Amino acid sequence: MKPDRQRETIHKILSYIRKYWWLILVSLFFAGVTVVLTLYLPILTGDAVDAMVEEGGVNFRILKELLVKMAIIIAITGIAQWLMNTANNKITYMVVRDIRRDAFHKIQKLPLKYLDGHSSGDVVSRIIADVDQFADGLLMGFTQAFTGILTILGTLFFMLVTNVWITLVVVLVTPLSLFVAAFIARKTHSMFQKQSEARGEQTGLIDEMVGNQQVVQAYSYEEKALERFDAINRRLEKYSLRATFFSSITNPATRFVNNLVYAGVGISGAFFAINGYLSIGKLSRFLSYANQYTKPFNEISGVLTELQNAITCAGRVFDLMDEQEEIEEIPPREKVDNATGAMEIEHVDFSYVEDRPLIQDLNLSVTPGQRVAIVGPTGCGKTTIINLIMRFYDANRGAIKMDGKDIRELSRENLRSQYGMVLQETWLKDGTILENILFGRKDATREEAIEAAKLSHAHSFIRRLPQGYDTIVKENGENLSQGQRQLLCIARVILCRPSILILDEATSSIDTRTEMQIQSAFQKLMEGRTSFIVAHRLSTIQNADIILVMKDGKIIEQGSHEELLAREGFYTNLYMSQFAAE
Amino acid sequence: MVNIELGMEKAMKKLLVYMKNYKKECVLGPLFKLLEAGFDLTVPLVTAAIIDYGIANQDKSYVIRYGGVLLLLALIGLVCSITAQFFAAKAAVGFAANLRHALFSHIEQLSFSEIDQIGTSTLITRMTSDINQVQSGVNMALRLFLRSPFIVFGAMILAFFINLQAALVFAIVIPMLALVIFGIMGVSMPLYKKVQGALDRVLGSTRENLTGIRVIRAFHREAEEEEQFCEENDFLAKSQLFVGRISALTNPVTYVMINGALIVLLWVSGVRIDAGSLTSGEVIALINYLSQILVELIKLANTIVLSNKALACAARVESVMDVNSSLGIQEMFNVPSVGEKKKGQVVFEGVSMCYQGSQEPSVAGVNFVAEPGDTIGIIGGTGSGKSTLVNLIPRFYDVSEGCVKVDGQDVRSYSLKELRDRIGIVMQKAVLFKGTIRENLLWGNEDATDEELREALELSQSMEFVEKKEDGMESFVEQGGRNLSGGQKQRLTIARALIRKPEILIFDDSTSALDYATDAKLRSGLKKLSYHPTIFMVSQRTSSIRHADKIIVLEDGEVIGMGTHNELLENCQVYAEIHYSQYQKKEGKVE
Repeated sequence: MKPDRQRETIHKILSYIRKYWWLILVSLFFAGVTVVLTLYLPILTGDAVDAMVEEGGVNFRILKELLVKMAIIIAITGIAQWLMNTANNKITYMVVRDIRRDAFHKIQKLPLKYLDGHSSGDVVSRIIADVDQFADGLLMGFTQAFTGILTILGTLFFMLVTNVWITLVVVLVTPLSLFVAAFIARKTHSMFQKQSEARGEQTGLIDEMVGNQQVVQAYSYEEKALERFDAINRRLEKYSLRATFFSSITNPATRFVNNLVYAGVGISGAFFAINGYLSIGKLSRFLSYANQYTKPFNEISGVLTELQNAITCAGRVFDLMDEQEEIEEIPPREKVDNATGAMEIEHVDFSYVEDRPLIQDLNLSVTPGQRVAIVGPTGCGKTTIINLIMRFYDANRGAIKMDGKDIRELSRENLRSQYGMVLQETWLKDGTILENILFGRKDATREEAIEAAKLSHAHSFIRRLPQGYDTIVKENGENLSQGQRQLLCIARVILCRPSILILDEATSSIDTRTEMQIQSAFQKLMEGRTSFIVAHRLSTIQNADIILVMKDGKIIEQGSHEELLAREGFYTNLYMSQFAAE
Repeated sequence: MVNIELGMEKAMKKLLVYMKNYKKECVLGPLFKLLEAGFDLTVPLVTAAIIDYGIANQDKSYVIRYGGVLLLLALIGLVCSITAQFFAAKAAVGFAANLRHALFSHIEQLSFSEIDQIGTSTLITRMTSDINQVQSGVNMALRLFLRSPFIVFGAMILAFFINLQAALVFAIVIPMLALVIFGIMGVSMPLYKKVQGALDRVLGSTRENLTGIRVIRAFHREAEEEEQFCEENDFLAKSQLFVGRISALTNPVTYVMINGALIVLLWVSGVRIDAGSLTSGEVIALINYLSQILVELIKLANTIVLSNKALACAARVESVMDVNSSLGIQEMFNVPSVGEKKKGQVVFEGVSMCYQGSQEPSVAGVNFVAEPGDTIGIIGGTGSGKSTLVNLIPRFYDVSEGCVKVDGQDVRSYSLKELRDRIGIVMQKAVLFKGTIRENLLWGNEDATDEELREALELSQSMEFVEKKEDGMESFVEQGGRNLSGGQKQRLTIARALIRKPEILIFDDSTSALDYATDAKLRSGLKKLSYHPTIFMVSQRTSSIRHADKIIVLEDGEVIGMGTHNELLENCQVYAEIHYSQYQKKEGKVE
């Protein structure tokens, strides 16, 4: 991450943390108390050791006094530690909650252009995994960085007060462990990279093979798949071993440095003691300080990686939050109530990618109640028209009007509530069947929902489910067939009684017989309502008022079924190919 | 079936099989770690000697000699511990590699109803992050699980050697400490599981929102979605805080206890020194041991937390291993190869099939005979059991009742490979793999010649677009075939099936992505195949199957009509309805 980007990220993290400033004060205060008292304890211990130098010469009065003092300090330290930990927990979890909440809010505001362009897995992993990583790093950083620094400063102070020369030994030798850790980290970096490359490759293969198990099995490809898997697996094993082993040297190496420090303190301390400059108690104090002093140094590389990691993760989340939101139309200048269903598309240009124009100069006039069918080969822009009239995307040029009003002057809510939409992808929520039907109109009654289900021919299968309307739809409707899910989506729309219907290849996954039933339900629903139908099957749209034949983003033919057949153009070809001689 | 609650230890035990090549490392790793720990335990004794003899006798050379011993101990400790790290890493990494291999080959044996049930993404997580966790768990366990208790008990025993009464303090405080640390863990561990559950719900909501974003916006439900998310998010934070408060007790409580012990130790030491049975160097050694014990106990607690996570991952991995392939069992009755009788006759005898967990059978009581070279059309409504029926032939699922016979022999008596090698199947969802077009086609038959590849491309109507590509058959197909259109992908999957020259060719509703003209050309091509396969054509369009030798009409898993197109038009109302819904009546009459 670039330094200024990093600074920006840290700045944003701080702005989230700032809200909990009083908790931070609490945490810092108790951290200070903990460190100071923890460091004070060895002094008392040393004094206690000095109070019992030799046989018969133990000063029990002083010893008792010291021990009581120690007991009080220990108790306070324990409580302070707990309060500090609890405050840190609270800060971390609250900040994480706030970030997740804001990120989720952001998703609701992002243009579909962004969401269509990024895999949902990626977005989910930012909100869940990255935020989690960030939390771990933050918590660890909070608890360890601050106390670590305080501990180093504190021990340094107490050691200097006790003996300057031995302190010098400690201060000079300890940073060695830092260098060693940094050296190993640098050396292992490339090994870790190779390891994660091999891991990525393996995950890709697993994804492909397991995800398409049916094909793998149908072609008895199992053995070959395993061979390929093993080849990667062996490579991964090799790189993993190197990465794991070399990085695990860090710990023994830093411990070795600590032991050097310990020996150094022991030897130099003993010389000072022999010369009478140091009591035994003070030597014991030093030995204990040497241990405490080195600990933050051992942990520091871990803390730094963790913090760095946390910032990177936070950066990814903030990237998401920095995305341009949908332009808000404040304040909406117009409003449509119960649209008549008249739609105008005037000279609309549109492209998803800037230099690859898709729709060019599209014109269409729909009068209330008309049934508009859109046909054409895949990728010709059928779905794009739906995206535009729903304002999931905005046209680059030209205007789309509903009841004569430019849809950009309406609020999105107002605009979209005029439509009823059934998409090819049948999305259902985690919840009961009833909740799913009520999705569009929460105020509707159970009876109304059942009525809608009956109209969409969903009632008969719902009735046969174990809990009827209260059956829970599993994640993305796994316990329902594609057709049944489609019927539920239709019921959901029927309940809303929209002014305009949009059916995006909605019936393509339902068999023709069920489709016929649905068609009849739609027929009733469509009476007096404008409808847009995108479909593959020509049989389903023959009675549309206008059929738009699209090719390469343009409407190349337009008219009723009979008119288009009479023209003997592209549509006629398309239509006749159904009945091609066999 | 997928039982996550399988005992974690039991799971780990089962997985230990994959460790068997690393017995040596599993012994040597901990052994060297113990050696290192032994040297660690010696350090306080040397220090005590320096104080009690070197300082007391003002013997500088003694101090230097023993100081040298300290340095030597540090060096030996370094060597031992690096050696231990190496063996531990080797065992852990090797174990993980073995486990991944085993898991992958196990998954490959599963039928896809089982894979469906577990979910692809879950399986990938099991294979990747779960096994990684297990790997680091094993690595750590090998290094620390023996070391920490060894130091704790070693320190205690050495304390006894130094002074019996002072050591009693150790004997009392260690069990108490262990009780407290593990008590807190015992309470917080199940709570962490609940936190994980809360996190899963937050994740679920996020994913659901993203996949349904169009619908949510169309119905303008953003606010409600956010509200629901916030509820789950708040609940997560609350549960995290609750557990955090409990587990935050661990450090302070251990700190208080160990230092409480220090106070007692100092008092006892005071008494013993006064009586002349203890030296101050020994007191310092005892204090040192006490802090070593504290450090190791905390390490041990962390190790247990981490290894519990690893164990949970191991249990999840094992739970996948535990899913027995429903196909495996029958493979036992492997009958010797049938050999030359290849014809392609398929017989269904009273076949019923009920998916796991479903109340009603998906197909019930199906009887029919497909003679070699016949074309069988299968048609019916959504969920009528069309796909299920044909999936029974290559044994993607097994029958619940009755039997399916290929060339007079129950499909369950073939080996899966032998059976499936005779069958070419084109699925509804067109799946291609990363690699060139040629590589994809060779899935059908590794030894296919260029001639045969071209023939299949021609017949599947893919030649035209393949030739247009710059690299022809060597053109690269991205993962999931993203760089090809749906129709192109479908045609290539058809070519792939044709390359096998199968005895039985199954089209599972796979021509619906093709336009009518292509579909028609394909069908007329199939008729001219030199090897006359038995063809099963599942479709929703009567145009695709009207010329079949036999058409089976399914409704709710039952056969409600069987015969030729014209027969069915006469006597099967459902078939007639389907037909006329696709062709307007007048065309129907023209027939």
